[in-house]
Amino acid sequence: MIRKLKQLSLATAALGLVLAGTADAKVEGDTVYLGSAISLTGKYSTNGEHTQRGYDLAVKLINEAGGITVDGQSYMLDIIYYDDESTPARGAQLAERLINQDGVEYMLGPYSSGLTKAIAPVTEQYGVPMVEANGASLSLFTEGYQYLFAVLSTTEQYLASAVALAAEIAVAEGRDPSTLTLAAAFENDPFSQDIRTGVLADAEALGIKVVIDDQLPPELNDMAATLAKVKALKPDILVVSGHAKGATLAIRQMEEMRVDVPMLALTHCDSADIIGNFAGAAEYTLCASQWAPSLSYSDDLFGSAADFAATFEAEYGYAPPYQAAESAAAVMVFADAFERAGTFDKAAVRDALSATVMETFYGNIEFDETGKNIAKPMVLYQVQDGEYVVVAPTAWAASEVRWPTPPWAERLE
Amino acid sequence: MLDNLQLFVDAPFLLIQVLLDGILFGAIFAIAAYGMALVWGVMNVINIVQGEFVMLGGFITFQLTLWGIHPLFGIPVAAAVLFVIGIGLYYGVIRRVVDKDMFISLLATFGLSILLQQLMNQIWGGDVRTAQSGLGTWFLFDYTVTIGQIKVVACAGALILGLILILFLKKSRLGQAIRATAQNPRAARVLGINTDKVFAATYGINAALCGAAGALVVMAYSVHPYIGLPYTVRSFMIVIVAGLGNLPGVILAGLGLGAAENFAAFILGAQFQVAFVFCLLVVILVVRNTLLRHKRKYLK
Repeated sequence: MIRKLKQLSLATAALGLVLAGTADAKVEGDTVYLGSAISLTGKYSTNGEHTQRGYDLAVKLINEAGGITVDGQSYMLDIIYYDDESTPARGAQLAERLINQDGVEYMLGPYSSGLTKAIAPVTEQYGVPMVEANGASLSLFTEGYQYLFAVLSTTEQYLASAVALAAEIAVAEGRDPSTLTLAAAFENDPFSQDIRTGVLADAEALGIKVVIDDQLPPELNDMAATLAKVKALKPDILVVSGHAKGATLAIRQMEEMRVDVPMLALTHCDSADIIGNFAGAAEYTLCASQWAPSLSYSDDLFGSAADFAATFEAEYGYAPPYQAAESAAAVMVFADAFERAGTFDKAAVRDALSATVMETFYGNIEFDETGKNIAKPMVLYQVQDGEYVVVAPTAWAASEVRWPTPPWAERLE
Repeated sequence: MLDNLQLFVDAPFLLIQVLLDGILFGAIFAIAAYGMALVWGVMNVINIVQGEFVMLGGFITFQLTLWGIHPLFGIPVAAAVLFVIGIGLYYGVIRRVVDKDMFISLLATFGLSILLQQLMNQIWGGDVRTAQSGLGTWFLFDYTVTIGQIKVVACAGALILGLILILFLKKSRLGQAIRATAQNPRAARVLGINTDKVFAATYGINAALCGAAGALVVMAYSVHPYIGLPYTVRSFMIVIVAGLGNLPGVILAGLGLGAAENFAAFILGAQFQVAFVFCLLVVILVVRNTLLRHKRKYLK
């Protein structure tokens, strides 16, 4: 028995040595390896793929432009991927594997807040900087993580621009914003509840009265009860967030029940493909988005936001969703930080990351001390004549918001 | 909460709206619950894969729309495809567990549900899908009460399917065999009924019912590979409330629960909608148990 134990411990030690031997792959020759656990199968596989393509496209363009120059020498970028199967536990495991076995010292984020939440403690523990582009939950940035950076806007900002826009319109109409009423229907999951917190805080700050505050159970496939209430109370703004299912149900059931609201703001319009699915019924809907190809941002690598969209479409055959754009931006942030740090030392790269000030096709990037990007606002699209058009914030807007939404009786003629 | 009750007083049409929405919502659950009642009653299997059958029926209908076929044809097509799948699954998996402990069949059907989820995710991707029936809305009382026509189709479908099923079980040869097997599989076998075939047919009919329900779900609401579970749970509940072997009870329980939960969502807020249904289930079980006990005492 004791002999067996001894053998076992020897074997473990030997295995440890072998593993330690491989843990030096962060820079091989002239290639720097980034690592990422990403959802290639499972429920996030669609968005996981968008994320991966965004990363790949940025790496391709950076390498074609000669790679990155660190301390006078140029390096190419490469990414080691693993499939996390859309499960947080697997994601954390794979992060350990990337760091311990593959020797990766710089991580790109996974897809979704849930996966990021699972991986961040691991990267933090090993002091590995992670730049993520698809974990928007505000709760990621209240843990005091030092090595986590996010290029996207966090959840509490998602629909804040809609509330602000409603107030702006009210003022322009000569109405006091505090006379507005708002109905909120948010799915009862951490992501949507984060958005809800932001919306309610903004409504309170502007003195807008919240007349409905329903939290839809995630397993629910029906919003009729909430919408019946909306119909009776006639709020000025209806805000709904419940992933693609919430957006789909909101449009479908509002049309069916003829719920008239002057302003409807949603999240996940594009993943629910409300224009493709509902055509005319989707008109006038406002949609929160991280990014839009029509924005006037630009950089030297991709050119303008529209150029990025064109490059992406040429490569993959479809227009880039914002998930792909923000992922590409995350790689650019890393490249920029390497060059400014002038070394591949993890701590130095981390410090360079935290000092990032960049203008990219995706928007401006500047991290606060918690690691979230504070330089880029959320944008608000409106469905106008079957197209998503940016209407807010007004500084970047391509067109005027169409307001108020006419009643259904007039719309369907 | 009181504000919401006040709304009913201010706008009485809301009562009708909430009631109708609830009833029509419950109808779709009732269809899936028929199947569960059958499989449970006849085979003594609690079919966890119920919700995935519903989703699969929805995805098949969605696929038809991609081929340019009107989704209403999805109702018979999804039912037919699911019937075949159900029979296949019976001979592949369920047959091996049907006479075992109920726990084994729970595990087996749970495994199947994971398998189907992943398959649907592989084939159709992890996006929410929906199909346009092209049906409109009926308006009552000057646009105040609205009824989605597709939901009426669903409700009528539930009633018709229920009727067909009851007649089928009462009159047809296979239906009688199914009932005989449900009463006592061993005696049925002794009397020359091929219970294996009866089980296969039962499971196939169940899957077909779910397929039809799924076609309605994709037209009235939405489908996604991972949101099947609520349909399983709800069918389970409806069967419990109705009592095994009580098909008219299933439709009543389905519609009633739908209406009750919609009222709960309206009055208490949507966050209590699902919780309320489960609380109601507990109450119903306790009350029923008390009544039964009372009856037993009386019989002594």
